Amino acid sequence: MSDEKAVTKSAQADGATLTKDAAPGETLLKVTGLKKHFPIKKGLLQRQVGAVHAVDGIDFEVRAGETLGVVGESGCGKSTMGRLITRLLEPTGGKVEFEGKDITHLGVAGMRPLRRDVQMIFQDPYSSLNPRHTIGTIIGAPFRLQGVEPEGGIKTEVQRLLSVVGLNPEHYNRYPHEFSGGQRQRIGIARALALNPKLVVADEPVSALDVSIQAQVVNLLDDLQEELGLTYVIIAHDLSVVRHVSDRIAVMYLGKIVELADRDLLYRTPMHPYTKALMSAVPIPDPRRKNAKSERILLKGDVPSPISPPSGCRFHTRCWKATEICRTTEPPLLELRPGQQVACHHPENFADQAPQDTVLLSAAKEAAELVADEVLAESAATSAAVAAEVAKETTGTSEAAEASDTTEK
Amino acid sequence: MTELSKTGAAVGEPTSNSSAPSSFLEVRDLKVHFPTDDGLVKSVDGLSFQLEKGKTLGIVGESGSGKSVTSLGIMGLHTAGQYGKRKAQLSGEIWLDGTELLSADPDHVRKLRGRQMAMIFQDPLSALHPYYTIGQQIVEAYRIHHDVDKKTAKRRAVEMLDRVGIPQPDKRVDSYPHEFSGGMRQRAMIAMSLVNNPELLIADEPTTALDVTVQAQILDLIRDLQKEFGSAVIVITHDLGVVAELADDILVMYGGRCVERGPAEKVFYEPRHPYTWGLLGSMPRLDREQQERLIPVKGSPPSLINIPSGCAFNPRCPYADLPKDNVTRTVRPELAEVGSRHWAACHLGKEQRERIWTEEIAPKL
Repeated sequence: MSDEKAVTKSAQADGATLTKDAAPGETLLKVTGLKKHFPIKKGLLQRQVGAVHAVDGIDFEVRAGETLGVVGESGCGKSTMGRLITRLLEPTGGKVEFEGKDITHLGVAGMRPLRRDVQMIFQDPYSSLNPRHTIGTIIGAPFRLQGVEPEGGIKTEVQRLLSVVGLNPEHYNRYPHEFSGGQRQRIGIARALALNPKLVVADEPVSALDVSIQAQVVNLLDDLQEELGLTYVIIAHDLSVVRHVSDRIAVMYLGKIVELADRDLLYRTPMHPYTKALMSAVPIPDPRRKNAKSERILLKGDVPSPISPPSGCRFHTRCWKATEICRTTEPPLLELRPGQQVACHHPENFADQAPQDTVLLSAAKEAAELVADEVLAESAATSAAVAAEVAKETTGTSEAAEASDTTEK
Repeated sequence: MTELSKTGAAVGEPTSNSSAPSSFLEVRDLKVHFPTDDGLVKSVDGLSFQLEKGKTLGIVGESGSGKSVTSLGIMGLHTAGQYGKRKAQLSGEIWLDGTELLSADPDHVRKLRGRQMAMIFQDPLSALHPYYTIGQQIVEAYRIHHDVDKKTAKRRAVEMLDRVGIPQPDKRVDSYPHEFSGGMRQRAMIAMSLVNNPELLIADEPTTALDVTVQAQILDLIRDLQKEFGSAVIVITHDLGVVAELADDILVMYGGRCVERGPAEKVFYEPRHPYTWGLLGSMPRLDREQQERLIPVKGSPPSLINIPSGCAFNPRCPYADLPKDNVTRTVRPELAEVGSRHWAACHLGKEQRERIWTEEIAPKL
């Protein structure tokens, strides 16, 4: 594709100006105990009667040069999380550090210099571009707002950006309505890249696009990362897209991260039952597997309300492995295997964290009816194998991890 | 609408005579055109297919390829609505169980709609009336076609809600749509469309607005219900995963026309149209090893006012220059048989396509 060549060329030409401060692999963004509760107010005095626990205590790091994918169903708090780390929302609690600097409660003025480094790509390319502005104005806005005068003037720079994202620089004076959905998303990407950001948070960057266009934009994001050394946080609900773009993936459920792992580990041996259910639910474009329905784990009912999330483990109301401890004690997010953190008492593909607790909750028994026997048997077998392995090995978990990899096969 | 000339029937395609077909549903050379100020929008431009009872046809395509317009056409919902002051222009034939629908009396079609053919819409929140309870809406749908009292109809509504897996159906029957979650609303809508045991069910993007875990529940439900009721189902979607789950046959649409049609297995394993290859290459897949890069289709879908001459896909097709004499840009390809019950509309030679698929495309997927 000629578009892609244009990306490579123009991006390389500017290679010198694009060196990054944080070396690849260093922590760029650190989030600890981040919370966002939206108050629910009622009555004449607008007294607060409750709160939507949209994000309820999450910890993670984003390393320079990597892509962190965030997946979860609607209402799990992934978009709120994206808006918190870009500080478009004020956190209720916790801490956000960018390059070691605490930005949790910076005001508008305090955030302004940081806006250059942290940019966002929005989901809907129709509502995120002002229909009354030409795309020249839209992409040039970051320069004007930041008072930056790029070399050669704003217009030249905007035209360069247009060619970087694979659009025709001559379209500088056109309006958003003259572009298709995929092209508009490219405009949004060009705007986000204008100030050479270090971190780009993309909230569902491709979900509004058609399949064939989606692939173009995914490839573009890939190329730009390679050329410009960008760090991405990509929020999406489509697990196959997330797998394609991410290095590490965080799975969210009801405001919590339930599993955070390297991509391959997560997709090969998911540990949290929710991750497993989520992945098994993705329809596979292969008609020969139509009858292999038994692999699918059907979850019962809907996600509970984030206004009063369930006690203990939030997934216990729908989990087929839930026991008493799941109802009472919240599992911490632990690194059970190098590169794989999970918050579960009874993880899949790993030794049980609470083996003494074996009596299933009644809800779990109902949920288990929807899970095929083979899946249950297989999961019990791998967990037992890993447990035995862990008992034998005193050196640590890494061998156990490999062992479970092989038993999985 | 006789001024629209009929294109010649292709090999293996039903010939355009007006006799009743043997298939349960047969669409012949359907055209749906909308006159607008900017020109004639040819949303569907000569589409033919057949469907038997108990079978599922998946219609796949990008936005604007004419999938939804086709389904509304079959349901007879175009003539009812007005677009500005001008109506949609329909031509062709739609045979449902021996009755031709386009030429039939609108009153007769109204009797069939909801009874013999029903539809599940994409967005249950806008398809359900916010002012009436779920129960009232299902009861209404039932009583229009059945002469029963309200009590019996309500019992039937509860029974249907129970069947589609809504907990406590006797209580939830009196809930309003806003009290339901997205998945439950979609279940309620499925209950409503199935209340009269329709023989043809059209599901237009039935799970697009839903989360994957809920989508899995709904797909399962549609499959089970089809087995139970033995209806013919048309699933319209842009998600190849969903069609692979449900469909026996697949019809790929591009620019208002069918570019490939055949059994699901053939279309996925031996696709014979470059656009189908493009769709398969654009899609990241969970069941395969990680691909290095996706292989997108370049460019964007065509404008339906200005469909490219020749093959509508030619500006985006990487192989457009292979056939001789610039034929891809001047002559519109007709559907031609490429295997048993498998048709594709492409100027490339049959062997050429087989070679490109096995040597160039398939290894990269």
